[in-house]
Amino acid sequence: MFDKILPYLLSGISVGGQYALIAVGYTMVYGILRLINFAHGDIFTAAGFFMVYIAATLPVQIAMPLVVVLTVILGFAVERVAYKPLRSAPRMSVMISAIGVSYLLQNLMWYVTGGLAKQYPTIPWISNSITIGPATTKVVTIVTPILTILLVIALVTIIQKTKIGMAMRAVSKDFETAQLMGIKIDSVISTTFIIGSLLAAIGSVLYFTNYTSVTPTVGAMPGLKAFVAAVFGGIGSIPGAVIGAFIIGICENLIKALGYTTFSDAFTFALLIVILLFKPTGLFGEKISEKV
Amino acid sequence: MKKSTKNLINIGLLILMFVALYFIEKVAGTRSMLITVLKKGAIYALIAVSMNLLNGFTGLFSLGQAGFMLVGAYTYAVLTIPMAKRMAVYQYYDGGIIGFTVPAIVGILAAGALAAILAALIGLPVLRLKSDYLAIATLGFAEIIRAIIQWDALGPVTNGSNLLKTYPTFTTVLQPFLAATICIGIIVLLINSTYGRAFKAIRDDEIAAEAMGINLFHHKQMSFVISSFFAGVGGALLAMYQASLQANAFKSSMTYEILLIVVIGGMGSVTGSVLASFLFIACSEWWLRFLDTEMFLFGGTFKVPLLRSGFRMVVFSIVIMIVVLFFRKGIMGERELWDLFKPRKKKNKTTEGAKG
Repeated sequence: MFDKILPYLLSGISVGGQYALIAVGYTMVYGILRLINFAHGDIFTAAGFFMVYIAATLPVQIAMPLVVVLTVILGFAVERVAYKPLRSAPRMSVMISAIGVSYLLQNLMWYVTGGLAKQYPTIPWISNSITIGPATTKVVTIVTPILTILLVIALVTIIQKTKIGMAMRAVSKDFETAQLMGIKIDSVISTTFIIGSLLAAIGSVLYFTNYTSVTPTVGAMPGLKAFVAAVFGGIGSIPGAVIGAFIIGICENLIKALGYTTFSDAFTFALLIVILLFKPTGLFGEKISEKV
Repeated sequence: MKKSTKNLINIGLLILMFVALYFIEKVAGTRSMLITVLKKGAIYALIAVSMNLLNGFTGLFSLGQAGFMLVGAYTYAVLTIPMAKRMAVYQYYDGGIIGFTVPAIVGILAAGALAAILAALIGLPVLRLKSDYLAIATLGFAEIIRAIIQWDALGPVTNGSNLLKTYPTFTTVLQPFLAATICIGIIVLLINSTYGRAFKAIRDDEIAAEAMGINLFHHKQMSFVISSFFAGVGGALLAMYQASLQANAFKSSMTYEILLIVVIGGMGSVTGSVLASFLFIACSEWWLRFLDTEMFLFGGTFKVPLLRSGFRMVVFSIVIMIVVLFFRKGIMGERELWDLFKPRKKKNKTTEGAKG
């Protein structure tokens, strides 16, 4: 029994870690702007395509940092072009703008790739096979949760100890007061998007090492699931998002193990609805009643 | 103008539209691009108006439209496939378990009814949520519906993830127009009724609306159910237009497309949604097609850069982003087409009143 479950459990932990890296981007942006950044999943996909195209000409060791830089630039640009002009607009307009950006990015990627699925390059070492007890898997399965936890610890330290981290916390508490205290809102928001995109880029390297074909719409599902994870953990809370992502990743794969693959996606959304109804602030969310 | 004369003019205009359509189809031919665009445009107009009822008039930001369309489309297709053809369509499921066929019109109504019933059930828990949480919850429900329809165990009814086909389709452009006109007409009547005013009151200020004695949940539920009914009908019409049906096409990106149509037309304007639908479909299916094919100028020596498959959608989405960012009111804002013909003075007065 355990022998059968183990491979699913391992891939659940691994996928959970990848969701976690995306979910942090969602939860930070939501914490500060109260915006569901629908384009985040597409930024994650774009990171995948950057790698496909750059690794075609350059060695992977050089390609990897380049991919991260390009993704960060993309995330930054999206915020500046599509969200910044709408800062004083109603929240619905900003969300519509996010949906528009997602539509634009998907169409743009379709145009560039011609709509064909691209093969993700093999990243040395983490693509190697490894045997753990009865299960054979890729090294990335083991690397993902460790790397995720290290990155999140680093991020939490930044937020707790540094000046920009303090500014972020202030902005997420109260937008206007923070502004009055002399915090440069725009640079704080940009930093948030930069961190989110950075983690999404790393997440995409790990994710596509597992699922090696990249298509323009491939990021939509992991993106939505990561968002659910963020809500599950309590939106605005980084440790919450990470724990939520691991739980979702593991549950999803256990459902696959039971043979209900069709429902592995549906489960995530069912979980979301149950959470929203019974504990809208999530596992670790701050208690603000007006949010929901 | 008296109300009765107004009604007469409206009915006259509608009849004129149908006569014009009849002749256009005769001249252009049933398979022409113009007719295709008109058909799809009419269907999208209905779906966009139904979404506008919810998002623009009641202020409920729901992203579940594709799910309800999917339910409608499947209900229609499953119920109307002729008995003789069932064996071929349900080849993996022994001809399915549905042992009867209903006429197309009954199928369409059943499509709306089932979508509405489902909406009533989903609405009970979901409508308690607000703004973006409502959006993500309805989006989630649409995904759940899609998963259930593709479930193997339901195969004898839904044919699993295989195609549904050979159900009755449109024979003329007049059919989708008639269906869309009737449905949009009903929605307009609803919007102009007491209920419609209550919806708008909820949109503008929930607390004030409640203080005025409007039962919030009751009205939200009503708007949600009615919108879903017409989304279901729209889904059925879309199935008729496509002639074959697969659940995979009804992804969240379909909802996004419809939402963008509503935004381009103007949140809270029925005629805006209708105009935007035709524009959207005409641009994406027809007018911008030339961007997708490579073009050579000056006798084939100069290749126009960038033109290649997919460029159309890029240009198109950039235009949409410009509308979203800089023309937030869309084509019509909250006005209707007939408001444009009203004397200017009156309009200024109302805007001032709204400001004060």
